[in-house]
This record gives sequence, structure tokens and C-alpha cells, in this order.
Amino acid sequence: MIPSPKPEKPAPDPVLSARVAQIKDLVASCIQCGTCSASCPNLCFMDMTPRKMWRFLLCDRVEEVFSSDTFSMCSSCYVCTLRCPRGLPLTRAMAGLKQIGFHLHMARFRRAGLFYGAFMDNIAQYGRVREMEMMTRYFLALKDPLVPLGYAAMGVRLLAKNKLRPRLPSRGRGKLAHLFEPLDPQEQ
Amino acid sequence: MDYLYYPGCSLEGTAKEYDLSTRVLCHALGLGLTEITDWTCCGATAAEAMDELLAYALPARNLALAQKMDTGRDILVPCSACYLNLKNAAQALGTDAGLRGRVNRLLSRENLSMSGFVRVRHLLDVLCHDVDVNDIVKAADNRMADLVIAPYYGCQCLRPFTEFDDPEQPRSMDTVIRATGAGVLDWDMGGACCGASSAGIKPEVGTTLVGRIMVQAAPAHAIVTVCPMCQMNLERFQTREIPVLFLPQFLGLAMGLPAKTLGCDLNLSDIRSIVSRVAP
Repeated sequence: MIPSPKPEKPAPDPVLSARVAQIKDLVASCIQCGTCSASCPNLCFMDMTPRKMWRFLLCDRVEEVFSSDTFSMCSSCYVCTLRCPRGLPLTRAMAGLKQIGFHLHMARFRRAGLFYGAFMDNIAQYGRVREMEMMTRYFLALKDPLVPLGYAAMGVRLLAKNKLRPRLPSRGRGKLAHLFEPLDPQEQ
Repeated sequence: MDYLYYPGCSLEGTAKEYDLSTRVLCHALGLGLTEITDWTCCGATAAEAMDELLAYALPARNLALAQKMDTGRDILVPCSACYLNLKNAAQALGTDAGLRGRVNRLLSRENLSMSGFVRVRHLLDVLCHDVDVNDIVKAADNRMADLVIAPYYGCQCLRPFTEFDDPEQPRSMDTVIRATGAGVLDWDMGGACCGASSAGIKPEVGTTLVGRIMVQAAPAHAIVTVCPMCQMNLERFQTREIPVLFLPQFLGLAMGLPAKTLGCDLNLSDIRSIVSRVAP
């Protein structure tokens, strides 16, 4: 395992402790058997095993949890949820950690957060995803010109098959804006 | 049998051929599909990573639209991520009145509301349980004989809702594949993860996970899929040339339906060796 980098201290946030408490409740009866770690297809991309991460969370060592990339590497395959001998909803708990990572703009969740953010902006505006515009927004937000290169070949193949329809972006109130209002701090 | 049909965003874009082949195959098998009017995104994997209420509200809007159209019919969903999100919302809102109230307050702006029970079904479930397999056998007339097919299920049609198959050793595709005359590859990777959206964000995840799948798929002549995300990742990260096609494309070809109507010119992998089984 790669040694964990310096723990990232999450900014004080009233929502954070409440949300962490909810996630702790979901995994409270973890027996540390490690079935989740042994079952995870993405373990080799994580700097901390899921088993260890759940233990850190239950011990309130939140900084270690959010300094690892474990939660951001979960691809929601539900194998740990299926196999957990305690029947814990681990994938749902992972999603809870992603939500915190997203809202607090945590470094370890930056790329995934920008991707999901671009996706959801697109949905709020149009109701259905427009892949061209979504990916363009994601690349602009990343501010890393090397990343789009990795997608260029795929983009060309999809365009050649007429699967990406370039369309002009539209402004104005989004089709599903009303469903996103609870997320807007100004509306709360 | 008649169903309300939820295609989902991918089937309008990167997985057009999944939409085409689902409609054509269902028609040929006598399954009636009525598309849900004005459907919108189910939230994909993005909503659950942002906000829990949003992850229920986005699919719930579609369930409410479906209920407005017809409460009696099941909703048929070809995309595994859409299936999971719609099913998750149907179950949670059906049992948790408090959550249902919060979601319905958001939906009320469009005069929509979700109530009671809606049955959400994956295309694979419908093909395996609502169709008389002899209809496929008769139409296929052993057209796919001598081929070995690797059935790839992916994750979210199998887990966490273990509705119609074994989530560790899935077998539901075996019967319909064998009905075409083809053999089924005996392998362990049918329910293994392709990397899903993590592969979209970090390509090395896709390379590694799809690489493992490709190694075991080696003895097969083709891989069939039931999810647009799996299909995209298998095609994008495939390490060796193997045809990857959607299950309804494969079954449609086996039944002699025209390749063009099944979108067989749209796959990114080279599927000519399978298409050539059908007289042009």
C-alpha cells in the first residue's frame, strides 16, 4: 500500500458532522472481517482498504478518511453490499462519503466531483444528458489540457458513428431546476 | 404483454443501437412498448454522489410520469443504472412516507406526484421470464450454431436488487443464448465490474478491469451485454478484437431480423463476424 499523504482537514462545517454521524450509523455494526476489501474490484487503485476506512470513520478519524482516495474510487458495483456478512449498506455509505467530498470540494474528490457536477448541470438544464456539452464543461473545469487528449480517440469514434450530436447550449431556467433547489444554499 | 418503456439518456446517444434493437426485438416477440412521455435522466451515478434527496427525486419524476400514463403496466428499462435508480426510488418511496412527501413536494411544481407501487423491470428479466423461449428457438433455427458467446451482465442489473438472477453466478442469459443454437462460455467474469463511471473518470480503472474480463473472454466468439455503460467500457478498453454487442442485437440477428434495423452499423467493436450469420 502507498503511504497515506498528509491528512486533509475538512473545513469546519455544521453539515459535515451530522452527515458523518448518519454514515457511521449505517456501518456501526462492522465486525472488521475484511470481506468488503477482498471483494472490491477497485482495491488496487485505493490507498487504504475499505475495511480500514470504515474503522477510521467509526473512530471519528474523519481526516484520514477524506485524505484517502478510497471513497472516490468506489464504482458502485455493490459486491461489498452483497457479501457483507453483517448486511451493511456499504455502497450507500460510500455514496454518503462522496456527497461530503462533493459539497466540501475535497481535493481527493476533485476530478470525480467536477465530472458529476458537469453531468448534473447538464441534467438540470436539459433534463437529459447532452454528452458533448457535458464533457466540454468537464474539461474546462479541470483546467488540464492533457486530460481531453485521453478522450479524443473515443470522441472521434463516437462522432464517426453519429452518436454525439453537437448542439448549441441554451440558457434560461433549466427544465429540472426545481428538483435542484434544495441543493442551492440560497434557497435553504 | 405491454410495458411502459424508459430508454434513458445513453440510449439516445452513445448506445443508440441498444434502443433500436430493444424496440425491434420486442416488437418481433410481441411485447408492446409505450415510451414514457417527457422522461428525464434517472440521476445515473452522479446524483447519488451529490445529494441523497436528488438521487430519489430524479428517478421519482419518471415514476410519477409513468403512473400518470398507466399504473397497471410494468416499466421496462434496458439500462442497468437506470433500472437500479428507478427501482431504488420505487422501493424507497413506496415504503417511506416521509421521503415520499419530501420528493412529492419537489415534483408538485410540475403537478406530478408519486404514490403506491410501480414495478420496474430490467429488459433481461423480461426477455428471460415474459417471453416463450420457443418463439426464439423457432425463429432462430440454429442460426448461431458453432458460436460460443460470453454473457456479460455487469453489476447493477444483478445487485443490490437480486430480483431475477444469482448475483454471484448469473445464469439468466444462458437459456436465451442457447435458444439461438449458440453455446455459452462458462466463465467467472459475467458479474464482474467493468469500472462503470470510474473508468470514465480514470481510464486506468477501465484498462485494468476490462483487461481482466478480456482475458477470460478469450475462448468466446463474442461478448453480449445488457448495459450501455458496460458496452461502452468493453468497447473502449478492449485489449483484443472481439465483437461486443447488446443482447437484443444478438437475439435479433439470430431471429433473422435485418442487421440495419438492429443498429448493427453503430457498434464501435467489429461485429461483422456475427452479423454475417444473417443473409443480407
